[in-house]
Order: sequence, then structure tokens, then C-alpha cells
Amino acid sequence: MKLGLMLSALVAASVIGCTKKSEDTIKVGVFGPFTGGSAPMGVSMRNGVQIAIDEINASGGILGKKVVMVDRDDEAKNERGGQIMQEFLDKENVVAVLGPINTGVADASTQYPNQKKVPMIINVSAGAKVNELFKTYPENYVFRIAANDDIQSKVIVSEAIKRGYKKPALLCDDTNYGQNGREKMEAVLKGLNVKPVYVGKFKIKDTDMSAQLQEAKAAGADVLLVYGIGPELAAISNSMSRIGWTPEMIGSWTLAMSNYITNAGKNGNGTKMPQTFIEAAATTPKQKKFVEDYKAKFKESPIASAVSAAQGYDSMYLLKNAIVQANSTDGKKIKDALENLNAPYEGVTGTYTKPFSTTDHEAVKENNVMLGQVKDGIVIQATTDKK
Amino acid sequence: MTEILQILVSGCVQGVIYALIAFGYNLTFSTSKTINFSLGNVLMLGGVVGFSLYVDRATGQLLGYPYVLPVVGVLVAGVIAGWVVHKFAVEPSLKLKSEYTWVLATLAMGIIIKNAVEQIWSTGDYRFPSPLGDEPLRIFGAGIYPQEILAVVVATLMVFGVELFKRKTIYGKAIQAVSEDKETAMLMGIPQQQVVKVSFMLSACIATVGGLLVAPWTFVSATMGTSLGTKAYVVAIIGGLESGFGLIVGGSILGVSEFVTARYISSGYKVLPGFIILILVILIKPSGLFGKKTIKKV
Repeated sequence: MKLGLMLSALVAASVIGCTKKSEDTIKVGVFGPFTGGSAPMGVSMRNGVQIAIDEINASGGILGKKVVMVDRDDEAKNERGGQIMQEFLDKENVVAVLGPINTGVADASTQYPNQKKVPMIINVSAGAKVNELFKTYPENYVFRIAANDDIQSKVIVSEAIKRGYKKPALLCDDTNYGQNGREKMEAVLKGLNVKPVYVGKFKIKDTDMSAQLQEAKAAGADVLLVYGIGPELAAISNSMSRIGWTPEMIGSWTLAMSNYITNAGKNGNGTKMPQTFIEAAATTPKQKKFVEDYKAKFKESPIASAVSAAQGYDSMYLLKNAIVQANSTDGKKIKDALENLNAPYEGVTGTYTKPFSTTDHEAVKENNVMLGQVKDGIVIQATTDKK
Repeated sequence: MTEILQILVSGCVQGVIYALIAFGYNLTFSTSKTINFSLGNVLMLGGVVGFSLYVDRATGQLLGYPYVLPVVGVLVAGVIAGWVVHKFAVEPSLKLKSEYTWVLATLAMGIIIKNAVEQIWSTGDYRFPSPLGDEPLRIFGAGIYPQEILAVVVATLMVFGVELFKRKTIYGKAIQAVSEDKETAMLMGIPQQQVVKVSFMLSACIATVGGLLVAPWTFVSATMGTSLGTKAYVVAIIGGLESGFGLIVGGSILGVSEFVTARYISSGYKVLPGFIILILVILIKPSGLFGKKTIKKV
């Protein structure tokens, strides 16, 4: 009896202890691939969020509370997305979630924040459904700060058309991400009455793309539009050099990943992609400071995936501003604040004035996106001139 | 014309690499009727060890050591890997007399190697600059890397060398004797256990050298050996597990069929013809295209 009493007292004490502890910190769940082919994006994004959290905590935290990151590696596996999200919401009781990178992972996770009414800001995945979720969840808790596939495919295709190309060949990986991108690029091309002369695909870990490229070449393609992630995109560039056919290549923003740039080496020169942030073109004081802080903190220059790092940083600040405005860590109140942010936020990827509304959860619009180009191991801002 | 030549070149190079690993399967099968299913991952180990001794992972720059160092490194890694796989996965199951424990044991060994590399080394993909340069040579317009020529030459020499060794030397005859009849060979004073062990080391060395050879055009990663290992097994069945030279033909058939399919049918069906050929061979000629049952004299 006495023992039972003591035990229950102990349990009660620990429960109180727990709640007390979670009350003076704000837990933010961060997930992405920290290992594997997508890791440069995942790790850079997490580092970007970390810089923001450190800055926020150094200046007194949010609402007087310290921000704590809870990070999980999803290994770019779709099923991990749902598992991690459930852990975040049921076990860790996070205030909000930032991430992830991969489209399939994101789509497997977004139902949970909507069910539990916890806001989630997708800060890298371009293909995940965001505004589409309004149909199922009129009170949508999922936001995005990244150039989505609609914007990217528009930028990619219009660059090709602007340069005077008329016979594009499409080459995309066979994941959700690549095939999503292919569909969107085909749709944009159709709108412009241009028919791709070749549409091909490849698998993750394929290293020789010469067969696909030869088919594209035989079809008379004059430009190559690609969608995939770093290592396989590098294999495309290397195979192009091998068969001695080097048309211009324009593709998804992932062409700025370090594992594209190093694995393609000089074969990657000239490749173009849409970007929300270009490290080498950092001009505003905010951008310069971010690049310097990143270099000092993580001993990495150039940043493995600068876009992911910058969007990770900005996503954390948008969340902070929303919590401050809501003056609460309640999920519903944060969501309402995000949809009606009063103060404009000058971030690394641009200045956001009312980035979200009750019907539009996409912060990045077409005019936030610029064109990057690989040049001797780094990404520079591309200049579009007619062919 | 250039295009067909390119398909043939790419396919044959790929095929010779398949054949090389298949030859590794062949070696252990001929001495102990077991197959080292971890060979694909042993190949990956070769790629990773060679890479670590030659390239700085963080910067992608060369470390400045001569190419001999990674060559010696992968041979040592091969000997150790072969010894470990034999000692811990094959020998115990042969002693148990339970027929097929080694299938799972060697598969498990492969998974252990792969996971260990992922934990200790990295899960990323890295470029291995070829010692012969990364500029393709042009032969009638078709691009071929100097490294690929090197790989084909080394692989062919290794297969022919080991075959000659088996046929012409006294040690080779010991291997053949063991493969013919274990008990009789033992009664004749041939240390059967040693012969099996050496065959495992030799086959693992072939795989690690294979890893070093293919690394410049496949990238180095913990998963680089997985599909190579499977395809090589297909080649071993097509070419015949008992026939060394048949493997080169079997490998080329598979390699060229992949590139032809990817080019003229669809890249999505690239691996399909190999498996169709595999099923046909099993149905029609289970001993493999070149697995003639000849009467051997030892």
C-alpha cells in the first residue's frame, strides 16, 4: 500500500516534471534524409534551421522560451515519413514541423499534421501536395516555402523556349518526384504547343544513361530537360560526354546539389536550374551573413545544398514570427497567424510580405525564382541570352 | 552505325564485368559446390577500399599516392574478405552437413558488409577519377573510356590466367581434383579444406579488383555492388557455372541485351531480357549455354 502510494506519487511527480519541462521550451520537429543520395539537401536544411534556432535562442527565444530541435532521419524512404510524423506528434508533442526533402516522404506524412492540427512548413520538397490538400482538409495545416514543381517546370520550359529550342527531350527518374516533374513539364510544353521529341526515364543508382541519350539524339532533340537527384543527373552529364552529344541541359533545382556538381565534374558546366538562393550571388547583408555563419559553424564552403539551407533558415523564422504574432504555441493559432502574417519578413531567399493566405499556402512565387548555372564547381547566376 | 557500335561497346564492357564476378561464383562452386552470394558486396568493399586509399572523400581530390597502393589494398581486402566469409559463413555450414545453410549465411555476410560500410564509411555516392583520365576515346565515333579498356583487359587476363592455372599447374589440378571428388582427393593427400579456403580468397580478390576497375564509371557507394552481384549470378547461370570461358560470352549477351532494350524498346525494361534468357536457359539447358558435361581426366 505504502509502496503503491509512493509509486503513484513518483509517477505524478514525473508527469508534472515532464509537462513543466515542455512548457518552458518550444519543440520543433525537423525531418529529412540525413543519409543517402538526398543527404546533401537534408543535412543542409537541418543546418539552416539550426542557425536560425541558435540566433533566436541567443536573442531570448520565442515568447521567453528556448527553441529545441527534434531531428529524425527519414532516409528518403516514403514509409518513414508517416512513422516520424506520428512520433513527432504523439510522443514528442512538437509545436510545429519543418521538412522534409523528398516528395514521396512528404506526401506520406502530411495527413497527420492536418489530423492533429499542428502546423507543418515544407521547406524543400517541391513535389509534395500542399494547396491540393485544401480539398480534403479545408483547414489546411501544411505550408510550403520552396519553389514547387509547377513553378520549376514553368521556369525550366520557358528558359528552353526563350533560348530558341524547339525539340526538347525529357529525361526523368522513375520516383514520385521525377515523374511528377515530367507530367508538369509536359503540361507546360503542351500549353505552348511544343511536343517533346523524346520522353525517357531512369532508375535511382543507374550509372550509364547512354542508351536513353542516344534515343533522344536519334529523335532529333536540341535540348535536354531533366528531373531527378544529384548522382543520377551526374550520370546523365557523364554519359553525354561519353557519346559525344552535348546539347544544353536544363532541369530541376537539384542540379545545384554538391553530389551533382562533384560527380559530373567538368561535364556539368553550363547546366541550368531554377534556384531560390544562389550562394555565389549573395548580395544582401542578410544573405552574406547567412553564408558566413554557415561556413563558420559547419566548416563547409560552398554549402552542399545552399537552397535547402536557406529555405530551412527562412522556414524557421516564418514559424517564429507566426508564434510571436499568435502569442501562443497552440497549433490553430499559429496556423491562423501564418495565414495572416502582419510583419513582412526579409529572409535569405527573399522578402515575404503576407506569404500565405487562407487559400494559398505557397510562399514562393515565380518571381522569387532565378536561374542558376553550374560553372567550374559552383553555382552562379545564369544570364539568359538568345541562342 | 556509330550508335550500334556504341551499344556493342557499352554492352560488352558491362558484360565482361558481369563475367568477372560470375567467374568468382564459378571458382568457389567448382571446389565446394557453394556460391558466395556476398560477392557483389565484396566487390563494393573493393571499390570503397580502393577509393579510400586513392581519393580524399571530403574534397574529391586525389591523395597523391600511386595507383599501386589501392591495387595492393584491394588485394589485401579481398584475401581478408574471402577468409572471413569462408571461416564464418561457409565452413560451419559445410561441417553441419546441412545442405544449404551457406546460401543464407553468405547472403547475411553480404548484408553485414554493406551495413558496416554504410555505418563506418558513408552512404553517399562519390566519383572515382580514373588513373587513365576521364576523357572518352573515340573509335569510329563511339565513346569508350580508357578505364573500360583496362577493365576488359584485366578481367579477361584474370579469367584466362586462373583457367590456365587450374589446367596447367599442380595446384590447379588439386583444385580440379577437389571439384571432381572431395573424398578421393583427400585420400590422395590433397588438403581439401585448404583448397576450398584458397578458392574463396581467390574469388573475393577477383571481386575486389572488379570493384576497383568499375568504380570510375559507376561511382563509389555502399550500394554499388548490389545489382552487379545479382546480374553476375544470372550470367553464371546463362554461361554455365562450370565453364570459365562461357561466362565471358554469357556476360556479353546480358550486357548487350540490356543496352539494346534500353535503346530500342524502353529504358524501363532494361533488365527484363536478362531474366527472360535466364528462365529460358533454366528450362532448356539447365547446365548453361556452355556447361557441357565433359568427362574430365585428373
